[in-house]
Amino acid sequence: MTPLKPVSPLFKAGLGVAFFVLFVALWSIATFGGLVSRTFLADPLTMAREGYALFAQFGFARDVGITIWRVLGGFILAAVVAVPLGIAMGAYKPIEAFFEPFVSFARYLPASAFIPLLILWAGIGELQKLLVIFIGSFFQIVLMVAVSVGATRSDLVEAAYTLGSSSTSVVRRVLLPSAAPAIAESLRLVLGWAWTYVIVAELIGASSGIGHMITDSQALLNTGQIIFGIIVIGVIGLISDFAFKWTNHRLFPWAAV
Amino acid sequence: MSEVAIEGVGRTFAGVRGGEPTVALLPTSLVVGDNDFITVLGPSGCGKSTLLRIVAGLDTPTTGRVLMDGVPVAGPGVERGMVFQSYTLFPWLTVDENIRFGLREKGLPQPQQDEIAAHYIAKVGLRGFERHYPKMLSGGMQQRTAIARALANDPRILLMDEPFGALDNQTRGLMQELLLAIWETDRKTVLFVTHDIDEAIFMANRVVVMTARPGRIKTDATVGLPHPRHYTIKTSPEFSALKARLTEDIRTEALKVATA
Repeated sequence: MTPLKPVSPLFKAGLGVAFFVLFVALWSIATFGGLVSRTFLADPLTMAREGYALFAQFGFARDVGITIWRVLGGFILAAVVAVPLGIAMGAYKPIEAFFEPFVSFARYLPASAFIPLLILWAGIGELQKLLVIFIGSFFQIVLMVAVSVGATRSDLVEAAYTLGSSSTSVVRRVLLPSAAPAIAESLRLVLGWAWTYVIVAELIGASSGIGHMITDSQALLNTGQIIFGIIVIGVIGLISDFAFKWTNHRLFPWAAV
Repeated sequence: MSEVAIEGVGRTFAGVRGGEPTVALLPTSLVVGDNDFITVLGPSGCGKSTLLRIVAGLDTPTTGRVLMDGVPVAGPGVERGMVFQSYTLFPWLTVDENIRFGLREKGLPQPQQDEIAAHYIAKVGLRGFERHYPKMLSGGMQQRTAIARALANDPRILLMDEPFGALDNQTRGLMQELLLAIWETDRKTVLFVTHDIDEAIFMANRVVVMTARPGRIKTDATVGLPHPRHYTIKTSPEFSALKARLTEDIRTEALKVATA
């Protein structure tokens, strides 16, 4: 192996699949081989059967839909407010000086620790779930966007000024397009984190959603369903990640050329 | 009529962490006349780029002022176009869109933009590359686009900060010929900073040599070579004589830096 040397797309895909195969193989050996008790870990076939039963008999699709809705709802609400604020902070230093210390502090506050408070304030309805996602995503997005905008090459800004740009036009025509790919990349990362918050929010005080199903299955010691739930989250995460990457590639061809 | 008058412009940078302030440029005066092509020649760190940035309005002088047609310069402006040493094309815009950047800023109507962009794309030999992004272009092509972008704005003076410094020797030679040809047809006023003696003489009608840091003007030599100039002029006796003289001037300055 040579450092940083790229591999062919086919070989790359093959290697990626190979690890999944290896993972399932080890799991099968551990469960079918009797190395781990069925009570603690279901085997892959049981998991698949349970998964089918979840969709066919227990209306799991509705839970999945609700969880996706909560993640996207909270995430989009956070992004709609956080992206403009991040841009303002990245572009204008006084605004950054005003908000940055608080946002840096707030981003270390664990969103999951707010759940008891949020239940108190917002009940156990949808608003509480959305707020958990919102708190978990908002501060992260603000800071990452501010850093991306602030990292705009100063020589590009200078070039724009010598071409007759005003300050507002520099923000609109240089800072924004220059930071756009990094902003999109930040959103992709934060969306991934939002998924972990939603499950935690659903573990406590929820009557629907993937997280709720997982808590229910725990009570029944149904490890097959728990694992299936976790895998579903992983698959949805993977799909949203691909969708984001694909969109970014389409939106910003100049960054990838 | 004088276009740009640099009057006693000096620049001192504040010391870092309580250190001594650095005098980058001693008060310098220079008058750039209409249609002049002046090259500013000096060793690295002599403040020649600082001087150019002050003329561009990207830096403010500690002493003195720059006058543009008698009006003091207070910041960057469209009448002073600039080409930088680093590649400063906007990576998210195509060649064509980069060249239109200033035209859109001015709010020119689309047909007029089309006409101007096409004219300068042809002028710098980039036909067929209009839809290319900067990343897809060689360094020489990027700098040609940058020149076209600056010229499309029709500035009164073109400021160039070692624009060919990062290019290989052959490309650099071709770029000099291209720029010289543009100047010979358009007679755009140019202030060009470089540390390359051949480059300084080949294109200019005046070469200003600066001293080592802190910089000031040491020599102001007129280049009497006739136009249009062909690249073979670089081997003519007149060229060599001037080169020998300027080499001696700049060598003493470089030595000061090396032994300081």
